[in-house]
Amino acid sequence: MSAVEVSPAAPVAAQRGVLGRLIRRPLAVFGLVVIAIAVFAAVFGPWIVPHDPYEQFFEGLSLEGAPLPPDAQFWFGTDLVGRDLFSRLIYGARTSLIIGIVANGLAVFTGSVVGICAGYFRGWVETILMRFTDLMMAFPALLLAIVLAAIFTPSLWIVAMVIAMVNWVQIARVIYTETRSLAERDFIDAERAMGAGHMRIMLRHILPHQLSTIIVWATLGIATTVLLEATLSFLGIGVQPPIPSWGNIIFENQTYFTSAPWLVFIPGAAILLLALAFNLVGDALRDILDPTQQGHH
Amino acid sequence: MLAYVARRLLQTVLILLGISLVTFVLLYLVPADPARQIAGRSATAQTVENIRQQLGLNLPFYEQYLRYLTGLLHGDFGRSYLQKTEVAELIRSRLPASLLLMCGAIFCELLLGLTMGVVAALKRGSKTDNGLMIVSFVGVSAPQFVIGILLLYVFAVQLGWFPIGGYGTFKHLVLPSITLGFLGAGWYSRMMRSSLIDVLRQDYIRTARAKGLTRAKILFGHAIPNAILPIIAMIGIDIGLFMSGIVVVESVFGWPGIGQLAWQAIQRIDIPIIMGVTMISAFAIVLGNLLADLIAPWVDPRIKLR
Repeated sequence: MSAVEVSPAAPVAAQRGVLGRLIRRPLAVFGLVVIAIAVFAAVFGPWIVPHDPYEQFFEGLSLEGAPLPPDAQFWFGTDLVGRDLFSRLIYGARTSLIIGIVANGLAVFTGSVVGICAGYFRGWVETILMRFTDLMMAFPALLLAIVLAAIFTPSLWIVAMVIAMVNWVQIARVIYTETRSLAERDFIDAERAMGAGHMRIMLRHILPHQLSTIIVWATLGIATTVLLEATLSFLGIGVQPPIPSWGNIIFENQTYFTSAPWLVFIPGAAILLLALAFNLVGDALRDILDPTQQGHH
Repeated sequence: MLAYVARRLLQTVLILLGISLVTFVLLYLVPADPARQIAGRSATAQTVENIRQQLGLNLPFYEQYLRYLTGLLHGDFGRSYLQKTEVAELIRSRLPASLLLMCGAIFCELLLGLTMGVVAALKRGSKTDNGLMIVSFVGVSAPQFVIGILLLYVFAVQLGWFPIGGYGTFKHLVLPSITLGFLGAGWYSRMMRSSLIDVLRQDYIRTARAKGLTRAKILFGHAIPNAILPIIAMIGIDIGLFMSGIVVVESVFGWPGIGQLAWQAIQRIDIPIIMGVTMISAFAIVLGNLLADLIAPWVDPRIKLR
């Protein structure tokens, strides 16, 4: 790829080929199918659930008051208070995806802005931004999220914010390293010589080159986000009941996992599948969009 | 070399200072009133005020931070609001269990990860390779608490091979170690695979083959030792993953380490304990990274010091 010829339109034109190449990989197709199912469940949740996910059914518990295993009426069984697990899982898909998209969108945006500014401006901007990034990297992600979640009362949006505050760091590092080498190339000097301003150079010439990296990290990042949300909710400081999230369904029912294992393993499988799907698609995208990485896989 | 070490040490000190500041700012922001928490619900306003005086909570922000920092330098992490014990003491009594668990996890992830990586690299492109790489993807995508509960369910409840959580014997250590190491095994297997594939392409491997060495000798004498080098340097970075992982794994298995300590503190919003564990973890991560940077050029002379 010759640097001078690349216009902002080039990555867009290349994208048609990307989807074509993506569907030739069985694992990526599997990932896309899982993501499609989750998106469908999240969007059409209220119309496709067989039961109200919040209703505690009288017939949803056995005579002894124990949750029911999967049967014809309650496809995935019921939880400890007799709510339909299948319906709660579908609503949980909404929680997972909203947080996945909002939190990760924020993280990718912050990471890209920090990375591009630090890599382009250098000097004291670079020092301040990257030292702060290093500092954030030294915190264990989960513990930092826990502290933040303990400070703010957890709600859906707060959880998304907390995850974004923890997850932008890695993206910032990657984008920073790439911007730094890019900013030293001749075509950027040429632009500057022709009188282009900083904003124009960053938005029209540096950002387009980072798009493939950003797309890859945005996809892989959703997997991380889904896992972090599930973990926070499992620890009881993420999305709060009664709003269903796959993590808090497990949190609510984990003490009964010996007698009602489906209450833990079905939501667990849902978390695993969604995170796996985004990882598989992200990995395939990396192979396709970044030829320099191909030798490593 | 000496200048490099000195610079890295200075950086480390600055980062630790920064961490203590960020941690303290977070502590400062917590809406819960610690004095009220310590005094209990029925305490009079006077008692609460006295406790506030005692803790220095009515001092300006920078003075409170200086007090906190001086405490940290003396190994004083403050007192737990609810347990009325020194946080440093609590952490010290819990640390050995966590370190033991981490050692177990490192062993598991290296054993699993490196074996999978080597087999996948040798059978590159085969069904075995694809299968192993899917397993490694599952490893990095699986929530640790689900893996933990699944292992408990299968191997402790159904098969009865291991105890259902707890601490004490070697048998107690097995399942939590696998759970904590599984994620890392996913990363290591993929790194080991690509690293070994790179090495097997090198000229010196062809030379060794031309000399007539056996496959096993080439593999174990030349290829694997060289392929492992870049991976050993990564172990320091693992500490970050572990520090997050132990909170989950220890709470699932009832393992009495600092992760469980943090988890119990979360439930009761006992901020000084959460802060103490965060500080210790950040400390461990920074030292781990420093160690990784210092060890890397020593195990792999191709890496140059920056």
